[in-house]
Amino acid sequence: MNDEKAKKIEQLEAEMARLWEESQNETDIKKKQKLIAKRNTLQRKYVAIRYNRKISRETKKDLVAYSFIAPNFIGFAVFTLIPIVFAFILAFTEWDGNNPIQFVGVSNFAQLPGDTFFVAALKNTIIYCIGTVPLTMIVSLALAIVLNQKVKGRGFFRTISFFPYVASLVAITTVWSMIFHPTKGPFNYLLMAVFGVDQKSLPNWFSGSLVMLTLILFSVWKYMGYYMVIYLAGLQGISAELYEAGSLDGATTWQKFRYITWPQLRSTTFFVVVMLTINCFKVYDIAIMLAGGSDGNLSNSASVLVYYIYQNAFDYWKLGYASAVAMVLFVLVLVVTLIQFAYEKKLEA
Amino acid sequence: MSSQTIKQKKEASIKRNNFIKKFFLYLILLILTVAMLVPFIWMLSASIKSDREVFQMTPFVLIPEVPKWSNYVDIWTKIPFGTFVKNTVFLTIIVTALQLLTSSFAAYSFAKLEFKHKNLLFMAYIATIAMPWQVYMVPQFIMMRKMGLNDKLLAIICLQAFSAFGVFMMRQFYDGIPNELCEAARVDGMSEYMIYSRIMLPLSKPALSTLTIFTFVATWNDYLGPLIYLKSQEKKTIQLGLKMFIGQYSSQYGLIMAGSVLSLIPVLAVFICLQRYFVEGVASTGLKG
Repeated sequence: MNDEKAKKIEQLEAEMARLWEESQNETDIKKKQKLIAKRNTLQRKYVAIRYNRKISRETKKDLVAYSFIAPNFIGFAVFTLIPIVFAFILAFTEWDGNNPIQFVGVSNFAQLPGDTFFVAALKNTIIYCIGTVPLTMIVSLALAIVLNQKVKGRGFFRTISFFPYVASLVAITTVWSMIFHPTKGPFNYLLMAVFGVDQKSLPNWFSGSLVMLTLILFSVWKYMGYYMVIYLAGLQGISAELYEAGSLDGATTWQKFRYITWPQLRSTTFFVVVMLTINCFKVYDIAIMLAGGSDGNLSNSASVLVYYIYQNAFDYWKLGYASAVAMVLFVLVLVVTLIQFAYEKKLEA
Repeated sequence: MSSQTIKQKKEASIKRNNFIKKFFLYLILLILTVAMLVPFIWMLSASIKSDREVFQMTPFVLIPEVPKWSNYVDIWTKIPFGTFVKNTVFLTIIVTALQLLTSSFAAYSFAKLEFKHKNLLFMAYIATIAMPWQVYMVPQFIMMRKMGLNDKLLAIICLQAFSAFGVFMMRQFYDGIPNELCEAARVDGMSEYMIYSRIMLPLSKPALSTLTIFTFVATWNDYLGPLIYLKSQEKKTIQLGLKMFIGQYSSQYGLIMAGSVLSLIPVLAVFICLQRYFVEGVASTGLKG
């Protein structure tokens, strides 16, 4: 037994010496690093055998690190990673949750283009994104610039612009549906009393062609405070010297924005646009609460992808089909995010 | 003499420019205030009105002659509002606590320790941030149902408490804390757990406050998660309960508004308490990109 140990130690020593020499003579830095790393693993083995340590110091270090991660990672793996894998598989099956799963290949996806409800939901989701993303970005940036100036009551204004984000959707959408109520609401009353709009042509904000506009405006109102805070953080990272230099060169306010603020905020804008896009694609509750009837169902004019996923999964129990729609949602988000990444890379170069 | 007049003229034009700028600035702020506050003022006002008075425009009064305070009493008996509040408070506190604890714990490891498969594990977190929950909510529900978590508050806790976003955010913050601080503590013989609890945690107030606001708001106001999982009346949250109430008594606006006001108070309180760390927190967690 001891002989064997001595032999092993000798072997390891020789191997380590060889690797050391090789790494000394190696000129390519990457290869050199590889050799050194190899030697280090051998050394760990060597130490473990030589001093009869069951667990090497390295392993101990790893274990400590894992113990930090474990509480979160276990929950994350079980409740997020596994369902994600499952979602990809489910999209290629037909399943009602009780009977055995049937694999049907791509037939779920093949059905999608002919499904008028799906097409309407997809169209509405895209319209909603196209309307909401740029508008929210512009408004929140403008707001952040205004609230980054020295104005009286700045803290107050910052706080109130965050109110809508904090407020619960159910409560605040009810208020909106009261204020913009087609017949009784004060907004339409103002249109009629002050601007003389005929009672019959008063707009109905929650159905037909106007409903998407209402959804977009509501989202901008609700979420601009959130993105404003992100922009504020970005603005505060811009060095004041840049503006001083700009002033000395006689730059106008617009020029300062165009040539200092905007380029300096590029990575912030990138982050804001990515987050906004992801959040827009998963719109659901806003649509349900503003445009859903008393039964909470959405008509085709306001249906969105997540609503269609929910309906297929939990009303019709077509789990495979629901997952196929979910995959479309995922691919959309992925593609848009990748395009934005590529664009950001190009600007950087 | 003439140079002085030019100077005076220039000063006058600068003054006028500044005045115009100030004017527009305050105009924007005025519009902002109106747009932000009117819905909330409407909510407060409607919550003490009778259903007949809510939409009365001629004349519109902010506070009715006889405020209907009974709305705030009736809401507790008309629907099991107390149960809803209890469930929501329970869920929000547990989820927020778990989220803060587990993500700051994991984030410390990702930011300050070296270990095998670190990059791979972190990639798993990053990749799921861009993955909307709605994409995998269906298989997640099937799985939870198999685990016997359907119609259990525990399901919502499992769903919300281990987000990738929290880990990512906290790691960004810890990345900004100099490594020398940890090294010095290690030389002094502190264990990693002690470094985390004695040095890192006290430093991370802004990041923790920001994460608290995000998690608290998200859990308190979540609608789709509870809608999928919580079926029985005694498990429902405030959001579900309010929505149900609106479905049943759609014309009882005063009561609905009273419930809405009550549902806002805790979130607003948490936000106002923590907001002084907020911008700093967003800035230092790299959320600005």
